[in-house]
Amino acid sequence: MISRGARRAGLFVVALLCVAALWEFYKVVGPEEGAEVFGWRLVPRASDRAMPHTWEMVQRLFDPEVRGRDTPIWVAVVGYSWYTFRMALVGLLLGGIFGIGLAIVMARFKVLERGLLPYVIASQTVPLIALAPQVAAIGGNWDLPKWTWVASLGAFLAFFPIAVATLKGLGNAPAASLELMDSYAAGWWRTLFKLRLPAAVPTMVPGMKLAATAAVIGVIVSEISTGVRGIGFASLTYGQKATSDPAQLYTAVFGAATIGLLMFGLVVAIEAIAMRNRPQEAGA
Amino acid sequence: MSAMDSLSASAAVVVDGVSMAFNPGRSNQVDALVDIDLSIHRGDFVSLIGPSGCGKSTLLRLIANLIEPTSGTVLVNGKSATQSRLDQDYGMAFQQSGLFEWRTVRKNIELPLELKGWNKAKRAKRADEMLDLVQLADFGSHMPWQLSGGMQQRVAIARALASHPPLLLMDEPFGALDEMTREHMQAELLRICAAAETTVVFVTHSIPEAVYLSNRVVVMSPRPGRITEIVDVDLGSERDDDTREDDLFYKKITEVREALRGAEGQPGHGAGGARGVEDR
Repeated sequence: MISRGARRAGLFVVALLCVAALWEFYKVVGPEEGAEVFGWRLVPRASDRAMPHTWEMVQRLFDPEVRGRDTPIWVAVVGYSWYTFRMALVGLLLGGIFGIGLAIVMARFKVLERGLLPYVIASQTVPLIALAPQVAAIGGNWDLPKWTWVASLGAFLAFFPIAVATLKGLGNAPAASLELMDSYAAGWWRTLFKLRLPAAVPTMVPGMKLAATAAVIGVIVSEISTGVRGIGFASLTYGQKATSDPAQLYTAVFGAATIGLLMFGLVVAIEAIAMRNRPQEAGA
Repeated sequence: MSAMDSLSASAAVVVDGVSMAFNPGRSNQVDALVDIDLSIHRGDFVSLIGPSGCGKSTLLRLIANLIEPTSGTVLVNGKSATQSRLDQDYGMAFQQSGLFEWRTVRKNIELPLELKGWNKAKRAKRADEMLDLVQLADFGSHMPWQLSGGMQQRVAIARALASHPPLLLMDEPFGALDEMTREHMQAELLRICAAAETTVVFVTHSIPEAVYLSNRVVVMSPRPGRITEIVDVDLGSERDDDTREDDLFYKKITEVREALRGAEGQPGHGAGGARGVEDR
């Protein structure tokens, strides 16, 4: 297990270095002002303003956020990220509860599946940018603390993959196993908890992985449109200074990427625990 | 009906005038079973044999009350089939062991006991007994997928017998096993059921298997499914590998095979057995 973990960590570092090398390589060969292909600006600009050097981005982490302060910017980025991470976690948790609950209700009442599923799918086409101010308005009316706004928008994106995966997974139980539960005179709910839900876990895990990163996106986007101070807010304010301090934006990007990795890692850890006794090929 | 009533008191299973039609009244109506009468005594080992589509599995599922007959009645242990299912009066095993892969062997065996509301200590004690019975005492904490097919099937049988049901319903439980394992499992099943005095209804399409295991072999024919003959197999209660060499064993195999040919409606024709029935 340890050697596998070490190998994974090693591969991660190698992949990161490859991306950095690719970035620097493009800066060498790419045109300074970009180029147009058939009238479209397809080739990105390689200027230091558009694409700062990777080492400048890393260096920037240790310079202060605003000129004249002592604390390096990474302290601020970690602070913003920690907030966003917690919001995404709450979002994933709420989305998980709501998504699994919705899937169970839809599996229990087939009529509801036909009635609800189109709305569930339609909900995901509503742009978050449009929804965030509505949530902020409702939250403001009800006097809810601001963090509940962003967390619920994270949940809004997270519940969908979980609901879809769980609904599919609840159909995993083989007919013979269902017949067996029937022969024990087990009702629908007992069959759900003893058979259908455990059988659904391998299908639910990929949905949860999608949901983990979707929750981060939901929180970041809703921070931008509600002004709650997390890494999304930081990205926006740093981005506004991109002309004078292009590397600063990337410190926020590092923060957001780290949150995404942490959330994903959390689901992988849950998967390892939930699937530890399953046949190996099912966990692959 | 009074003769029926006295019979139902002593019989483990009484099937009385049962018909089963799928899609009744529609153009694609299938008469799976027509006018079935069958009574099975306590302690009997009865096999249902016949070619594919003869309704043997359907008959088993009717006894298990997993489906309701179109007409007729099924009594199990003197109660309606529905009541027997609700009381969990029988255990069931299928061709696929159907073990829950997320539960250990022990937890799989305990499943019916959990559903009966037994407490933990009582469940553990019974699971120990059952593991001993199927000779898997060292495998209680293994996961099902770590066991061979034959061992998984023994776990499934232990699960079916865990609550000491008076009746065991089995649908081709050894169908997926190789010949060696299969013969071994047949001997094991006889040993286990003799020890627990269990009545067994056993669906198979193997003639030697039916003859080796049963007191009575119920021969069925398809389109529509009905019972054509019941062959009594008086090989005694002590059966072992020598039984398979016995003249009477071969005689009974021939008798069942001929009954199956008759069931196909072509007596004296064809070199092999009835279609869909194996000679192994």
